[in-house]
Amino acid sequence: MSTDVKANDKIILHGRKVVGGVAEGEALVTTDTISGWGGINEREGTVIERRHQLRGQSFAGKVLVFPGAKGSSGYSAYFHMTRLNGVNPKAMIFVKMTTKAALGAVVTRAPAITELDQDPLTVIETGDWVKVDADNGIVEVTKRAKTVEAAE
Amino acid sequence: MKLTDHEKALADGTHGPAKAKAIDLLMRYGEALGAERLVETNNVAGAFNASTPSVRELVKKGFDAVYSELNLDSAEVVPIPKMVANTCQLITGIDNDNWRIQGIPEDLAVQQKAAEKHFGGLGINMFATCTPYQVGNVPVKGEHCAWMESSAVIYCNSVLGARTNTEGKESTGAAALTGRIPYWGYHIPENRRGTHLVHVDVEVDDIMDWGLLGYWLGEIVQEDVPVLTGKMKQPSLIKLKHFGAAAASSGGVEMYHVPGVTPEARTVEEAFGGNKPVETLRYGPAERKIAYDNLNCATERKVDFVMLGCPHNAIEQVWLIASMVEGKKISPDTQLWVHTPRALREVAERNGYVKMITDAGGVVMSDTCPAISRHAPKGTRVIATDSAKQAHYLPAILGLPVWFGTVQNCVDAALTGRWNGGLQ
Repeated sequence: MSTDVKANDKIILHGRKVVGGVAEGEALVTTDTISGWGGINEREGTVIERRHQLRGQSFAGKVLVFPGAKGSSGYSAYFHMTRLNGVNPKAMIFVKMTTKAALGAVVTRAPAITELDQDPLTVIETGDWVKVDADNGIVEVTKRAKTVEAAE
Repeated sequence: MKLTDHEKALADGTHGPAKAKAIDLLMRYGEALGAERLVETNNVAGAFNASTPSVRELVKKGFDAVYSELNLDSAEVVPIPKMVANTCQLITGIDNDNWRIQGIPEDLAVQQKAAEKHFGGLGINMFATCTPYQVGNVPVKGEHCAWMESSAVIYCNSVLGARTNTEGKESTGAAALTGRIPYWGYHIPENRRGTHLVHVDVEVDDIMDWGLLGYWLGEIVQEDVPVLTGKMKQPSLIKLKHFGAAAASSGGVEMYHVPGVTPEARTVEEAFGGNKPVETLRYGPAERKIAYDNLNCATERKVDFVMLGCPHNAIEQVWLIASMVEGKKISPDTQLWVHTPRALREVAERNGYVKMITDAGGVVMSDTCPAISRHAPKGTRVIATDSAKQAHYLPAILGLPVWFGTVQNCVDAALTGRWNGGLQ
């Protein structure tokens, strides 16, 4: 469906606030769940897990779109440290609510949203411009221009 | 969220600023979850120690600042009173005795001891292990807990029948000061019922096979609740400790049932409690091979470092290793570290097991593990371990390749300096 979307068309998704606030930025999307402790580098904001789609990529300043959390209970502490180190995601959009995902979002203190009316992992692609208005439960997706995509 | 009168009083500061910060965090967290209320808990297992390099700056501001920021998510420093709930410290980054062998800078070892003295004085029991259930914290069926440590959480829920979600550093910090945690997830009986039926078609008996089964299963079911039937032999604490740690590493499994073994499922029917399985899975030789291949990323057979004891070894495991190395010498090019809770190390010392291992050239460690400390012996290029959890995490944390196999494979590697394991 994304191929039918022209650049600058906006897609609106509705969901539930996890952490309030409004932020916008470039999307970084993965269909892999994320480990905090042992899965990310808290000084660089990068994913380090060996068999992960985003291995080596940084979510610092991005809108992180992911299915949810997995692994160690150190998840929240590591996302907490990304904030203290200034390399946290600008906002979070995730699918599966768990205690790790919730607490991680709370202590990251970035706007976060879940329970969306469309699957964010298929609607949003890496590089799209995404505005997360968590207070109102709205995600606004501006598709990246396809010419740009082709050039990359 | 609905708060009781006592919780409202905690929130408005009547009981001091730390408890107000704690309730504030629990409310933000509970609302993020969609929880309707909090539940009382008197069993908290968390991470309060200041043993990592990134805590250095905070420690300069005092331990109240450490707890405020890292355990309450409060930038404002509040004075931390004594714990309200029974609370224990899980695994730490530093072995208080063997920190030099670990390669830990002296200032951090001093910092951890000072932190332990401070937080110990507030009532936090310094078990310093990922397995509190091995050293005196054994919750009973139905008990509401607030535990961190994914391998302990899955054990607490599944094997003991107590109730906890996988909590974090901040939520356990808040729970310890208030005796409260969000009533959500595995605190609610309906959420403890099975979701996936798993037929185990190959025999699962030794520790390695329980690890392989857990590692395969976690990746498939993620955070759902599997119900296992089939060719598993009667497990023990040690086997389920390994199984759960593996399933909570490749996925986020916090609860499973083995009908006839675990306390909330006498039968498959009871395990599902009226739920229809969303999926039926089969674990056979092909699945076992997938798990094995995913855990083994090393290619070089020369092994520099053998790590045993994740989750921390039971005393029987320390005895087994001691028996295997007794009267022998490990390879001069290889280091062997065996990890067990400090309380059990005391027994191992008393029994002579520690001497048997150290005489062979090994080290018996407590309080920590290489994944938590992010330290392996200097110059390590290839690691061998009997732990699916370490085999999963060490390549990411230390950037080193790992062999995974049986305890015997690992001890052989320590003695010969070479990996000769493989899937039988």
